[in-house]
Amino acid sequence: MRYAPLSESDRRLMLAAIGVPSIEALYAEVPQKARREGLLDLPLGLSEMEVERRLRALAAKNVSASSAPFFLGAGAYRHHLPAAVDSLIQRGEFLTSYTPYQPEIAQGTLQSLFEFQTFVALLTGMEVANASLYDGATACAEGVMMANRLTGRKKTILSGGLHPHYREVVETYGRFVGFAVEAKDPAPQKGEDLASLIDRDTASVVVQNPDFWGELSELSALARACRDKGALCLVVVNEILSLGLVRPPGEMGADIVAGEGQSLGNPLSFGGPHLGLFATRERFMRQMPGRLVGQSVDAEGRRGFVLTLSAREQHIRREKATSNICTNAGLCALAFTIHLALLGEKGLKALARLNHQKAVALSLRLSRLSGVRVLNRAFFNEFTLCLPAPAEGVVEALAQKGILGGVPASRLYPGRTELADLMIVAATETASEEDMRRLEEGLMEVLR
Amino acid sequence: MSDWSRAVSASAKESAPPGTTSATRKAPEATTSGHRGLVLEEELLFEQGSPDLSGVDLPPVEAFADRLGSLERKAPIGLPGLSEPQVVRHFTRLSQKNYAIDCGLYPLGSCTMKYNPRANERVARLDGFAEIHPLQPAATIKGALQVIEDLAHWLEVLTGMPAIALSPGAGAHGELCGMMTIKAALESRGEERRRVLVAASAHGTNPASAATCGYEIEAVPSNEKGRLDLEELERRLGADVAALMLTNPNTCGLFEDEICEIAEALHRAGAFFYCDGANFNALLGRVRPGDLGIDCMHLNLHKTFSTPHGGGGPGSGPVALSAALAPFAPLPWLVHGEKGLCLREGRSPPAAQSIGRIKGFHGQFGTFVRALAYLMSLGADGLKGAAEDAVLNANYLRTRLEGTLSLSFPGMSMHEVLFDDRFLEGTGVSTLAFAKAMIDEGFHPMTVYFPLVVKGAMLIEPTETESKASLDAFVASLEALAQKARAGEAAFFHEAPRLAPRRRFDEVAAARHPVLRWRPKAAAENGG
Repeated sequence: MRYAPLSESDRRLMLAAIGVPSIEALYAEVPQKARREGLLDLPLGLSEMEVERRLRALAAKNVSASSAPFFLGAGAYRHHLPAAVDSLIQRGEFLTSYTPYQPEIAQGTLQSLFEFQTFVALLTGMEVANASLYDGATACAEGVMMANRLTGRKKTILSGGLHPHYREVVETYGRFVGFAVEAKDPAPQKGEDLASLIDRDTASVVVQNPDFWGELSELSALARACRDKGALCLVVVNEILSLGLVRPPGEMGADIVAGEGQSLGNPLSFGGPHLGLFATRERFMRQMPGRLVGQSVDAEGRRGFVLTLSAREQHIRREKATSNICTNAGLCALAFTIHLALLGEKGLKALARLNHQKAVALSLRLSRLSGVRVLNRAFFNEFTLCLPAPAEGVVEALAQKGILGGVPASRLYPGRTELADLMIVAATETASEEDMRRLEEGLMEVLR
Repeated sequence: MSDWSRAVSASAKESAPPGTTSATRKAPEATTSGHRGLVLEEELLFEQGSPDLSGVDLPPVEAFADRLGSLERKAPIGLPGLSEPQVVRHFTRLSQKNYAIDCGLYPLGSCTMKYNPRANERVARLDGFAEIHPLQPAATIKGALQVIEDLAHWLEVLTGMPAIALSPGAGAHGELCGMMTIKAALESRGEERRRVLVAASAHGTNPASAATCGYEIEAVPSNEKGRLDLEELERRLGADVAALMLTNPNTCGLFEDEICEIAEALHRAGAFFYCDGANFNALLGRVRPGDLGIDCMHLNLHKTFSTPHGGGGPGSGPVALSAALAPFAPLPWLVHGEKGLCLREGRSPPAAQSIGRIKGFHGQFGTFVRALAYLMSLGADGLKGAAEDAVLNANYLRTRLEGTLSLSFPGMSMHEVLFDDRFLEGTGVSTLAFAKAMIDEGFHPMTVYFPLVVKGAMLIEPTETESKASLDAFVASLEALAQKARAGEAAFFHEAPRLAPRRRFDEVAAARHPVLRWRPKAAAENGG
């Protein structure tokens, strides 16, 4: 086996040193009835070439975003990833290191996570950020639980514009962790009055911006209402690139920001691994979930970075920890940091503007089609179309024409007939003029 | 996973040994640049470049009427500006300050730091895997669903359990998922059980996950052989116990030899058996948890199945479920429909009793591809061989080191071996200081101060991808260090590490006045 560095003679020498006749003897303390003899009913090992051949064949059965005009979003976005990102994250020193428990020999990971935390705080307009969580949906659930701890209350109110997967994850956590979830119905294009729902049991109000339908909103009034009633305002951002162009939640008064960072540095990868972002106010720092990296000095007075505030965490506090998180999304956070470092202030703003421009141009094109309506007033790189036919069939018909046209709302809201004609369309910098033309023509043909 | 609680507090005491303060310590060789040969100092990104630089060229955007409402961001964000070569140099320099499995032995116990094959990386980056969206139409993702189906099959056969829940994002998330399925199963029986028993040797995530799920935690002590004490367990069992959480092999590196009796006792009491699968590497192809009466076990793809840990993730924590728990598996489900494999994303049959969704989309697909590539590479024969070599390496280290360090429990080791600090008694050297001295020897320290069942624990897991020469070099260093400790050279250990990119940190001060982000100088001075 190509990954095995022990030779047969090594094994013999080692068994002799241990003083046993065979490998079998090393398993002597495993009860006989627990052991399996022979090989399991699984294929035998393959060469690298053969493994690659077989997996390539499976990959070829998928239609990739790079092989078709592509306009899907709804919480996962296709962006062009600079070559340097992937090259750098494949350096073995980053790729194959563990959680940085020994700071003297983990400054690469620790400094880049400190830079990551700074980037997330700057983008969201918040004071502090953690070193990442699994993904946006679980970050949202962790934020809700943090608000419960901070307020001593046990209810959360979810906007109807929250991504349905995020809502479902919060509902699952609510059922098993023990808090109440009041989820508003999805109502694209209609304003919702969340402020009036806040009562004395409400720990948090969760609202997404841009929301699931792509719509942008001013949230300052809601944040004020939360503050007046002793609840926390949790803002979800699942297209993090939007913050290159759109006022950040911190400026609108958010108390907690839970986000999805996949857009920067990370491929779609069929939905994971993605990157959970988590930012909040400095005074809530000690109730944050997950790893935190802090600045320190070493015994020679040199600046360096360490994992800090570990007294919140499971490996110290066990059942009293602020969360059970151990592993996070370190390498995805590194990719995010590298991509954002490459873009810089100038590049991020330009990329965000380019996304917006593409989406505005596409919305204008598609709204000219007969029977097609754009629902949004304000949006970033994604908007919702109301079609004259059920969107699911339209998306499938487009796929047959080799166009990945958008996400039908019914995929995430099955059985809701009032949403059946809605299709969510995203246009990023990767959408070419030709791609947009093909989507327009494809839609025209399908809807004819 | 490992436990550093005492390491953190111990380092506070030791960071400034008597007679030395940070001001009196000097760098061995001062240079004008601050660099020391290949150890290159590197400023933060925010301290470099110029705001008008960028490492990405984008086409100009012509003027257009925006659709942002009045929500345009006006103030500068505060990001730096760097060209591509500057960024590449920055992260390359940072990478050189990291120890990694690619550099050498990484013997963190219960973390299974084995070699991460590069073939896995290449296939995960194929466009057909990396560039597919989780909400694409079914006809365009057939290969992706086949990957998930194939991986689930491998894991079902390896565990001998009938169902695999693939969505958990890491091991601790798998634990939480498992506890949720147990709670749901109990609820469906009309039972409300409040307590979860956790082995004293368990990872900290076990009690934290069960507590997150609303359970009261009670620890079950180990016996003098380092195994769970069956009598103590039976004494605690009752109508309000939902489950036991136990790691097998446990974190003392030992097989729980009464595991079948433990399972029987739990099931007699109507409780479920949760097994932490962090240490499954020892058992591949030899022991199937499903044959032992285990109801629920998470696997760490980033440990046992070689996907890279990436400096702290991403992980992936699939959970194997018994027939009793399978109906409660989280959404989405992969089912065989009329048109072949399809995703079931709502609570409709057969997923009507599902606990619901615990993560966005469909789990850590990128790690699934890597793990599947690994499984196909090793095969039934290679996996069994990997487990055997892992156990052989651990036992070899036990044999070579038991005269030097203090072996905590006698007998055969599984994939890891536990020592404690008795050999350091009277030397003035702590486990932490001993570990720090290993850094100067060019090794990543073992897991220290975990498990909590012995004092000053040192838990060593070499894995199967270490050569005999690598193990012998490790042994030689540990022998020399132990001799040094016994020779009264405590000061040497208090000063360690001397040769790493950084010396020891003042972690207590870092926690007392946390600085979690960079701020511009003026703001930082104003306390803002």
